[in-house]
Amino acid sequence: MKTETPIPETVRAKAFRVALLTIVVAILATVAGLAFLTTIIERKQEAKNPFFRVVELNDDLTDPAVWGKNFPLQYDDYRRTVDQVRTKYGGSEALPRTPTAADPRSTLAQSKLEEDPRLKAMWAGFPFSLDFREERGHAYMLDDQTFTGRQARPQPGACLNCHSSVYVAHKQAGDGDVMKGFAKVNAMPFAEARKLVEHPVACIDCHDAQTMALRITRPAFIEGIANFKAAQGVANYDVNRDATRQEMRSFVCAQCHVEYYFKGPERRLVFPWHKGLKVEEIYDYYQEVGHADWTHADTGARALKAQHPEFELWSQGIHARSGVACADCHMPFKRVGAAKISDHHIRSPLLNVNHACQTCHKWPEAELKARVETIQDRTHKLRDAALDALMDLINDLKTARAGGLATNAPALLQAQELQRKAQWYLDYVEAENSLGFHAPQEAARILAESINYARQGQLALRERKP
Amino acid sequence: MAIAEEREGAESAGVVTAWTRKTKIWGIGAGAAIGIAVGGGLYTFVYARGGSYLSDNPAACANCHIMQDHFDAWHKSSHRAVATCNDCHTPPGLLPKYANKAKNGFFHSLYFTTGDFPDPLRITPGNREVTERACRKCHSEITHALEAHPRNERLACLQCHGDVGHPLR
Repeated sequence: MKTETPIPETVRAKAFRVALLTIVVAILATVAGLAFLTTIIERKQEAKNPFFRVVELNDDLTDPAVWGKNFPLQYDDYRRTVDQVRTKYGGSEALPRTPTAADPRSTLAQSKLEEDPRLKAMWAGFPFSLDFREERGHAYMLDDQTFTGRQARPQPGACLNCHSSVYVAHKQAGDGDVMKGFAKVNAMPFAEARKLVEHPVACIDCHDAQTMALRITRPAFIEGIANFKAAQGVANYDVNRDATRQEMRSFVCAQCHVEYYFKGPERRLVFPWHKGLKVEEIYDYYQEVGHADWTHADTGARALKAQHPEFELWSQGIHARSGVACADCHMPFKRVGAAKISDHHIRSPLLNVNHACQTCHKWPEAELKARVETIQDRTHKLRDAALDALMDLINDLKTARAGGLATNAPALLQAQELQRKAQWYLDYVEAENSLGFHAPQEAARILAESINYARQGQLALRERKP
Repeated sequence: MAIAEEREGAESAGVVTAWTRKTKIWGIGAGAAIGIAVGGGLYTFVYARGGSYLSDNPAACANCHIMQDHFDAWHKSSHRAVATCNDCHTPPGLLPKYANKAKNGFFHSLYFTTGDFPDPLRITPGNREVTERACRKCHSEITHALEAHPRNERLACLQCHGDVGHPLR
């Protein structure tokens, strides 16, 4: 045996190369296989427990950071509402600002009054003509209300209903009775009420601490939606008892993203839905109760300020009619590993077209964005025409008053009434935060009527008897 | 034969012995590496219920958590009584069916491991064609006059009836 010739060098070298190659391939296969296996193990573990109860939550705990320990994914998204990103017409820009002792904010959003001075003329004599900026994310709501230039005129504690996580404060002020506390805090001066709250809107404002189910905490909505349902023939509507889960996915937002006014000296926050949600139904209600937000400084008209009626306008649109809730587009479902969560980074769907729109609309992202912007371009043109018409009426009224027209002249009263109406219709779309998208045709209709009222006001002045 | 010869060689002295020892070690290493890869692969296959993917059971598709919504929606759809996942999402014929399963299985594993996939999921043009053909097969009484190619989106069944199988809304 020993005399046999040794294996030729070439064969041994080949065997060595084959062995080496096999090892390399096997290593790569093992690495890929393990990566695959690890992913599966992770997903299986995630699927077992949707969340871990690390801390006990209760109905008196406002701090979202504590809730965030049990729901880190949602909390992480929630914190992202600090982002300032522009869309074509909305969104905000972070303008740098040197903090002062009186106002510690280091960034601000751009001023809408500087962008369009016509707004200043529309709101002459009202605090909104002092300071009005593009809205920022939820994270800024409390600071932006605390330090707005509008605080130069006394603001009530009622502002905190929607500029803070006020649920626990309401409860404590009312000794356990939210409704009582609500009445009490509304009537306080802002600075005093401000001491009762600490956070911008937080988990507890929309979620039950035990079950995480959606629930309504704001008294104004509980009363407002009951009044609206009563107008439709549904008596004793209790939103926390009667609303469906899908309705709640809009109602929790409608606790704040709605038209409102402060009623009487007690400054009670009221949603004017007693006759319905449409612009003319709310106007009828204001006519009936004789409400005016202020008297216009240049014309003497008893004017109304519309306040972000997102819920009302959305209610008139195709998405509402198709059963699509606010949360479907502004907090769309997304996947994190095996978990499916709703995106708590609440923002414009235009910044999240993939999740917000493409779940239902299987079209390219650019196409969907173009559709939205077409609607907004059109609404913007109409809004411009309506603002011009209103400016013309305001100027005519100023001229007429300067020319010595009696303050009780029927023509003047009629023109002031038409200014009130034109302005209300215009502001209803202007203050609404979708630039018509929530209900395109309804927005166009409202702006067209606004233009009509403004021009009718001008005619009333021109055709007056000398 | 080479190994037997090497063993013989190992008994002889000198340069030749050193060479064969080295080759032997690498040979054993290669065998071990293959063993680990195959063993790990087998374990992964069993742990991931790989066998279930060979069946027609719709529950297998929901092994991946991302399919849970589609699975739930299918349960509520009109097609639940007449078609399972595979009826619409694999081509007819044993070989094409399993070739399609293998292809999709590989890419699903790849994308889910790397996390590089769109959410909400979008069907690939090839898989869409498979489904479009499935519509036309069962509903041939209505569609037999349809001369458009299954990839012609304008005349595709799925253009309007895209959510009959599992309406997600």
